[in-house]
Amino acid sequence: MDEQLIQTITKLVVEKLQTSENETKQEVPVTLYSREAKGVLTETSEEHKAAGEVTFHQTADQKPPGKKRQRLEPSPERTQEEELVTDLQAKTPARIAVGRAGSRPKTNTWLQFRLDHAAAVDAVYGEVPDELMNKLDLFQVSTRVKDKEEYIRRPDLGRKLSDEGKELIKKRCQSSPAVQIVVSNGLSAKAIEENAEDVYLSLVQSLNNGKVETGTSFYVDKGRVALMDEIGEILQPDVVILLIGERPGLVSAESLSAYLCYKPRIGTIEADRMVVSNIHKGGIPPVEAGAYLGTLIQKILKYEASGVSLVKREG
Amino acid sequence: MNLKTTLGGEVYHFNNLKEVFAKANEEKSGDRLAGLAAETVQERIAAKTVLSDITLGEIRSHPFLPADEDEVSAIIEGDINEPIYSSMKNWSVAELREYILSNETGDRELKRISKGLNSEMIAAVTKLMSNLDLVHAANKVEILTTCNITIGHKGTLSSRLQPNHPTDNVDGMIASLKDGLSYGIGDALIGINPVDDSVESVKRLLHATHDFIDDWQIPTQNCVLAHVTTQMKAIQQGAPADMIFQSIAGTEAANRSFGISAELIAEANDLAKRHGTGTGPQRMYFETGQGSELSAEAHFGIDQLTLESRNYGFARHYDPYIVNTVVGFIGPEYLYNSKQVIRAGLEDHFMGKMHGIPMGVDICYTNHIKADQNDIEDLGVLLTAAGVNFIIATPMGDDCMLNYQSMSYHDVATLNQTLGKTPAPDFLKWLEKMGVYENGHLGPNAGRISLFS
Repeated sequence: MDEQLIQTITKLVVEKLQTSENETKQEVPVTLYSREAKGVLTETSEEHKAAGEVTFHQTADQKPPGKKRQRLEPSPERTQEEELVTDLQAKTPARIAVGRAGSRPKTNTWLQFRLDHAAAVDAVYGEVPDELMNKLDLFQVSTRVKDKEEYIRRPDLGRKLSDEGKELIKKRCQSSPAVQIVVSNGLSAKAIEENAEDVYLSLVQSLNNGKVETGTSFYVDKGRVALMDEIGEILQPDVVILLIGERPGLVSAESLSAYLCYKPRIGTIEADRMVVSNIHKGGIPPVEAGAYLGTLIQKILKYEASGVSLVKREG
Repeated sequence: MNLKTTLGGEVYHFNNLKEVFAKANEEKSGDRLAGLAAETVQERIAAKTVLSDITLGEIRSHPFLPADEDEVSAIIEGDINEPIYSSMKNWSVAELREYILSNETGDRELKRISKGLNSEMIAAVTKLMSNLDLVHAANKVEILTTCNITIGHKGTLSSRLQPNHPTDNVDGMIASLKDGLSYGIGDALIGINPVDDSVESVKRLLHATHDFIDDWQIPTQNCVLAHVTTQMKAIQQGAPADMIFQSIAGTEAANRSFGISAELIAEANDLAKRHGTGTGPQRMYFETGQGSELSAEAHFGIDQLTLESRNYGFARHYDPYIVNTVVGFIGPEYLYNSKQVIRAGLEDHFMGKMHGIPMGVDICYTNHIKADQNDIEDLGVLLTAAGVNFIIATPMGDDCMLNYQSMSYHDVATLNQTLGKTPAPDFLKWLEKMGVYENGHLGPNAGRISLFS
């Protein structure tokens, strides 16, 4: 996405948010829906196949040839009931109105589910390409985690920077900024690859518009949420915002979360963190999310609190 | 108190009761992460052996977290019935296990001893029980609770309909809600996890579910699972909530990290009584799960099963309508694979029932844990056989908001049909009227989402 468009949208969203100051949040329009990113299981023409036989189109990166999932393709002579079903399905990514065989799911529905789970499992391991870091001008530091297996089993190590990492951020980052932005792959490198650029740019734009000072952003490999505390301790910012890859789900293996906290320090309690989750093209669109996060940070700065403390302060 | 045993010529000596408790657990990655787990399989059995001879009196007089230092401990201690406790205080944990399993011991007897047991005693006996012990014993207990309708009867399996949506879109949520109802889901409640924890968003979802329930005259209850303070605010602003939900933990410090205290929960319960839309008498809903105290760095060197048991001791103080463990959600660092999730699911359900609370389970797994849908279908069968009060169901088992997998709408109907159970009586009548159920299983209108238009 080009920067100008991000600027325009950011401005629009920020204005919208400001005009409805008492409304806590706009209902973000749903962007629908394709699970195409993860390959689509399609039935081949039934007349050539024995009953129950299915074919996989394992299309991790390419769209299936010509045809979307059957249910998304209405035929002209649909009954009223079919139309209603299609309308309802269009309102949610949930796997609704999938039919049944007795009390069990249909074969194709079941296999589609298994395929999506397989894709999500495979997405847990992955690396963020260096080009993206260069493009966003983020330098990289590591945590105390050695490899992915250790990352999974030892969350405590993912909550602490390596010694070199600590030195590096001390050396390269501005101290005591209003806002410190941190990016981390977390459990989905794909989430960073797909969303970090849009969220990051619109967030920075939104903060610039509000004349909020941002520090020196950086990227942490294999980080956990509570890493914010140590970073807060070292750099002493007013607010830390951590953009981190969520555990992959079936609808999306590329969902990003933004964690925010006012003055996170060692010992900060979870209830003082805030999270905006489900940032991806099928959930909260990344550019809108960035703009929204910018206004949220301004609110945190205004009330000098986040999470449950913010709710209390707001009264 | 004896903390030593000799097995196969080797002497095992434990430093304190806390260590015996931790090492007597079945293998859990969370106990290992905390540095508390048995080093070898034989050491685990040695710990179980030592534990089996410890008396209930010894457990009570050696608290892991004293009542004057922790309000959860204080609540559990304060709720013990002294005459019942006195009648059992000289029992060993082995004797407690055998009493629970005895054919002379039924629902009434178990409910009675429950009043004299603290959460540590219940955790202790759980550590000595096999998976089938846990299924068999839990199935003896029938816990009925009422919010708008009554659930928990023997021979029923209820469910929470969880029509989550990734942007809290009301139309999308309702679409998923209709689908679930068409499979007979939702007698325990219609409960939504909101993405946006704001009061406005919570109010919107409460109104939407409440209106839908009214329009279709559905015998059930609603809930939006935001933070308790957000729900309270929504109710104060006039939103219709049949119950109030909160995630809880087994220590005061862990609860504090969730932004709650005993006082706040009592306040919420009182608010629900005066301003909630539920009939009651039960109006609270709690979620738990092994490992949350360690995750919040508030576990005090206590093993995760014992801490989980303390959740139920805390919960029962508030006479909840429902409680469930979210057993596979926390991740592989606490429960590594399907074997550990299945064990924990059976333990949590049994411990809940032994506390006399209406125990349900969110039978689930995440995508970074070594488990798949087949594994949780297994646990679904086991828990249905164990008489679980309710389980959670999502469309095709895929929660498109929380990004994990639970049981599906189909699964609940199948468990009911296969194991000869039904939804709660009031709800079943409504399902039969709607043609969703017929002769005890899915009827002609089942799976027809267009039914609600």
